[in-house]
Amino acid sequence: MRWIRQHLIGAIAIVVLLYLFLPIAVVIAFSFNNPESKFNLSWNEFSLDAWTQICGVPGVCSAFVTSVEIGLISTLFATILGTMIAFALVRYRFKGRSSTNLLIFMPMATPEIVMGSSLLALFLNLSFPLGPVTVMIAHIMFIISFVVVAVKARLQGMDPRLEEAARDLYASPSATFRYVTFPLVLPGILGAALLGFSLSFDDFIISFFNAGTLVTFPIYIWGAAQRGIPPQVNALASLVFIAALVIVLSAQFVAWRKRKSLSVR
Amino acid sequence: MPGGVARKVEDLRLVNLTKQFGGTKAVDDLSITSPAGSFFALLGASGCGKTTTLRMVAGLEDPTHGQIFIGDQDVTELRAFQRPVNTVFQSYALFPHLDIFENVAFGLRRRGVKDVDDQVIAILELVELSALARRKPSQLSGGQQQRVAVARALINQPDVLLLDEPLGALDLKLRRQMQIELKRIQSEVGTTFVHVTHDQEEAMTMADTVAVMNAGRIEQMGHPAEVYELPRTIFVANFLGQSNLIQGMKVSTGDVVEVSANGLGFRIPSKRNVAPGQSIVIGVRPEKIMVLDAHDESKLPAGHNRIYGTVTDVSYTGVSTQYLVETPWGQSIIAFEQNSIVGDRCELGDPVVLGWAPEHTFGLDPAEGLNAGLDHAVLELESDTEA
Repeated sequence: MRWIRQHLIGAIAIVVLLYLFLPIAVVIAFSFNNPESKFNLSWNEFSLDAWTQICGVPGVCSAFVTSVEIGLISTLFATILGTMIAFALVRYRFKGRSSTNLLIFMPMATPEIVMGSSLLALFLNLSFPLGPVTVMIAHIMFIISFVVVAVKARLQGMDPRLEEAARDLYASPSATFRYVTFPLVLPGILGAALLGFSLSFDDFIISFFNAGTLVTFPIYIWGAAQRGIPPQVNALASLVFIAALVIVLSAQFVAWRKRKSLSVR
Repeated sequence: MPGGVARKVEDLRLVNLTKQFGGTKAVDDLSITSPAGSFFALLGASGCGKTTTLRMVAGLEDPTHGQIFIGDQDVTELRAFQRPVNTVFQSYALFPHLDIFENVAFGLRRRGVKDVDDQVIAILELVELSALARRKPSQLSGGQQQRVAVARALINQPDVLLLDEPLGALDLKLRRQMQIELKRIQSEVGTTFVHVTHDQEEAMTMADTVAVMNAGRIEQMGHPAEVYELPRTIFVANFLGQSNLIQGMKVSTGDVVEVSANGLGFRIPSKRNVAPGQSIVIGVRPEKIMVLDAHDESKLPAGHNRIYGTVTDVSYTGVSTQYLVETPWGQSIIAFEQNSIVGDRCELGDPVVLGWAPEHTFGLDPAEGLNAGLDHAVLELESDTEA
C-alpha cells in the first residue's frame, strides 16, 4: 500500500509522458522503415533510405522549403506589427483602444475554417491571384493576435518605475527604450515569434483555402495521405521535432550556464 | 566621494510649486528651500502630496505651475534625464536584466563616461557590496537591493538625491540599520538629500529639517526637535508624535497667557501660543507630564499646570510606563513616565494629579478641529503605487 502511495505520482507521470511522446516516437521510428506497399503503416524492415534520400520523393522538399519560407516571412512581419500594436495598446490612450483590444482577439477566436473560407471569398472578390502572397497575408493576420497578446502581457507586467528610473539616470527616451524597455520585452517577443512560426508552419486549413496551386508542407502531406505517405515525410517531421528540441535545450543550457557563472564569481 | 573630487553642493528651492490632478490639488503652492548639504525630510500621510512633490523635482511629473531651482539653475523645464538629480525609488526599480555592476554603471554609461570601473568599484565599496557586483538584483536581499539603489543614484554625484520612502519595504530591524547607514553615507558625500516618508520616527531620526505636509501644503517646517517641542498646528501636534489637547478660553494675555478650561486654570508663555482669538487649544506632550498620587500634590513645583483625574490604564513598556488618566470632564489624558523613580507607581483607579511646566505647553488655533492629523492615511489621492 505504502509503496503504491509513494510511487503513484511517478507512475502516472510516466503514463502521461508515454501518451505524449508515443506518437512522436512512432513518427521517428517509421522514418527508418522500408514500407512494403505504398502505405507506411506497418513495420517491414530497417532502412536509411528515407534519410539518405530525404528529397527522394517528388515535391516533398520543395513543399517543406515553401512552408519554412512562408513561416519565416509571416513571422517577421507579424512580430514587428504585433509588437508595435502591443506598445500602442499599452502605452497610449486613444479613441477605439478598447475595441481594438477586442478585435485583436478575433482571429484567435474565429474557427479556422470560417476564416479560411471568408478570406478566400474576399480574395476571389478582389480577383487577387491566390499563391504565396495570399497565404502569407492570412498567416500574418492570425500570428499578429498571438504576438500582441504575448507582448502586451510582458509590457503590462513591467514595473513602470523601471523606465522612470532609466529616465532619472540620464537615459533619453530612445536610450530608455534601447537599454531598458526593449531588453525587458524581448523574451516576450521571441516567445511570440517562435509560437507564430510553428503556427504558420503547421497551418493547414487556412492555407489550403488560400494557397491556389501553392503546395505547403501540410498540404503536401494531406495530398500524399490519399496515395500513401512516403517515409521521407516522417524523416522531415523528425527533423522539425529535433530542431524544436535543440532550441528548447539550448535555451535551458544558456540559462544553466548563466546560473553557474553567477555562483562561481 | 569616489575619486575624491571636491564639488559644489547645491541647495534645492521650490517656488510656488503646484500640481493639479483633475480637480484635486495634490501639491498646493509649495515653497521650500532645502539648504545645500542638508538632509531634508518631507513627512506626511499617504496622499498628502509628498511623493508628487518629489516626482516633480525628479522631472517625472510636470508642475501645473511654479518653479524648481537647483542652486541658481531653473530646472523646471528640463526633462528628467537632463536634471542633476537622482532618485532612490520606493520599490528600488533595479533593472532586473542587468547585474549589480551594470545597474550602478547605468547613469555613467548614459552620459558617455568611458571608464566606469573605478567609480563603480569605489561606490560599491561605500555601500559594502563589492563582492556581489556580478549578481542579478533578484539574487539580493531587500537591504542589499536598497543599497544598490542608493549606489546607483549616488555614483552620478547628483546635486540633489531624492529618496522616495526608501526604507518602506524593509523590516523594522533592517530599517533602523539602514537609517544609520543612509545618514553615514549622507555625511560622507555631503549631497543634499530629500527624503520622503510617512514614518515620523524615521524623519526625526535622519533629517536636519523636517517639513510636515498635509493636503498639498507644508504645515510646519524646522529642526525635528523644534517641530516636535513646539507644534504650530493641531495637525502637526497629532501627526508628529502624540499630544494631549484641551479646549479652553483665554482669560488674560501678556507675557504669559492664562487660559481657563473645564474650570481649571492653565498658563502658557505667549511666545508658545499661536491661537489668534479668544478660543484656544492647549497641548502638552505625554512625556512632559508628571503623574503623582493626589496626596503628593505638594511635590509638584509651584506654577505648574495641573489636572486631576483617575488612572484608567497602566501599561508598563520597559523604558517607560504609560498612563491613561480620565479627567472629571471625561477626557483621557496620556502620560509617559520614565521608569527611573524609586517607590511605587500609581495604580489603576488611583486618584492622581498630572502636572507639567508652562514652558512645555503650547497654544494652538482650534479652527482645524481637535482630530486633525489623527485619522490620516485614509485619502489615497496620490499615485503612491500606480504611476
